[in-house]
Amino acid sequence: MKRIAPARRAAAVKVVGPQQWILLPSLIVLGATLILATPVKVFGLTLPEPISPMVLAFAWPLIRPSVLAPVALLIVGLIVDLFWGNPLGLWPLGLLAAYAVVLISRPFIAGQDTRLLFAWYSGVTALAFFIAYLVTAITARQPPSLIALFFQFLPTILIFPAANWLIERFDDGDLRFR
Amino acid sequence: MSLRESPFENLRVPLGWSAGGALVIAIAVAVFLLLSDRTEADQRGHAPIRNGFEAGAAPVGGVFAAPVRWLGQASDYVDDYFFAVSENRRLREELAELRTERDAVVALRNLNNQYEQLLGLRVEPDVPLVSARSVSEARGPFRRARLIDVGRDRGVEVGNPVINEHGLVGRVTGVSGSVSRVLLVTDVTSQIPILVGRTDARAIMRGDGSGNPRLEFVRGNDAIEVGDRILSSGDGGLLPRGLPIGVAARGIDGSWRVKLFSDRGAIDFVRVMRFDNFAQLADGSTLDSPPLAGLNTAPPPSPEVAARIDDAQGRRRAQQEARAQAEREARERQAADARARQAAAARAAEAQAAAQPALEATE
Repeated sequence: MKRIAPARRAAAVKVVGPQQWILLPSLIVLGATLILATPVKVFGLTLPEPISPMVLAFAWPLIRPSVLAPVALLIVGLIVDLFWGNPLGLWPLGLLAAYAVVLISRPFIAGQDTRLLFAWYSGVTALAFFIAYLVTAITARQPPSLIALFFQFLPTILIFPAANWLIERFDDGDLRFR
Repeated sequence: MSLRESPFENLRVPLGWSAGGALVIAIAVAVFLLLSDRTEADQRGHAPIRNGFEAGAAPVGGVFAAPVRWLGQASDYVDDYFFAVSENRRLREELAELRTERDAVVALRNLNNQYEQLLGLRVEPDVPLVSARSVSEARGPFRRARLIDVGRDRGVEVGNPVINEHGLVGRVTGVSGSVSRVLLVTDVTSQIPILVGRTDARAIMRGDGSGNPRLEFVRGNDAIEVGDRILSSGDGGLLPRGLPIGVAARGIDGSWRVKLFSDRGAIDFVRVMRFDNFAQLADGSTLDSPPLAGLNTAPPPSPEVAARIDDAQGRRRAQQEARAQAEREARERQAADARARQAAAARAAEAQAAAQPALEATE
């Protein structure tokens, strides 16, 4: 009688689907944008208004290259533009430019020290702001205030810990991409 | 031949390349949207999309913002508790100043009414106001705007000025059924004609995304000083004249800027002025039409009448031509007579000249 070999237990492959690292972060970022747009003063100060989707534009290409991520970034940027009343395409362009730079530089910065990631994050954020500044200066026929720009740039780079957390949470989370 | 058996069975597009392709397409879509968007009030390219989105986003934003509002109210409560004494002192001083101002205002109003009656002036009618609550606010350098919870159903229209209890906040740039978008005076695309209260000098107040809009085209050497009150001039008919805006101040770059009165007021409640500008008082198409376009014209003539008109016109034309011919012949005859008289005079002069030497010889 032929002995049947015991079935080998399938290895537990942890699969991280796009709803976990693309859809859910997108919804959280949009929710944060919605909340921070509340017209309220807390102890005499208005709420900060960072470009929250910058977290996604930086973290997604470092987690893994994806076809869905640029599309999601385009949609998130459009929603932000519609919500704030910007010309349609302003922030999608800035965010996708940042995404493109990080995607190209991925082999050099993936797995690097957090301080280097923060410096790179600040750099690509500055690039996105420069594009938005240029587009606004052309469409409005006058440049926006650099002081006001700084006060939006500052909270945007201060939310880098969220991008870092996203990278650490999902980088190598899927065994197929190790 | 199936794909598995084909020479391309092992061909796979690397993930980086496919991500790059998706990225290029997404960038192209963003650029296309940017180029096709027109945000001017008269030709808003994506206005239906914007209005639809805003109509949906406003209630959602209201729900999300509720906890933040409670936090703001709690901070206001704490502020009130700690700063009640100093605020009470400040309000007492302000009240003492305003009592004297009030008496002067009553006297001036009375005098003004008398002048208006004497001169028979037609004063501007009162502007109806609609109170609204700000649902969300964009505060960045690239856009400064608010969504408010009143729309077309309350009579709000594009272009309506928006104020709070202290001064001008902005004007409506988009309206849907129950939500409107207000472009703040600090937005980078906002331009408002203003006047300086002290000198009546005119200028343009232009937002640049910062909290204090810049004054441009200020004419005259002493037209403006620090602390001068800035009001809307009403030029162009978009805003009523005399809305308080702020006080003049020098910016760190040396340019003239305005400290806005509206910053002193509540951030979440505003009032929309349903203001009809002067251009709306008359129908533009009527004014542009030819002067006699409104009059009735005679019906076209019947064939008999037309023939008689043609006959009369032909005879009149023939008479005119005959008269012109007779005048031409008379002119030619007169010219011929004049030439004959000139020739005779010339001949007489020659004969006289020839007779003169013979006379001298005989003497």
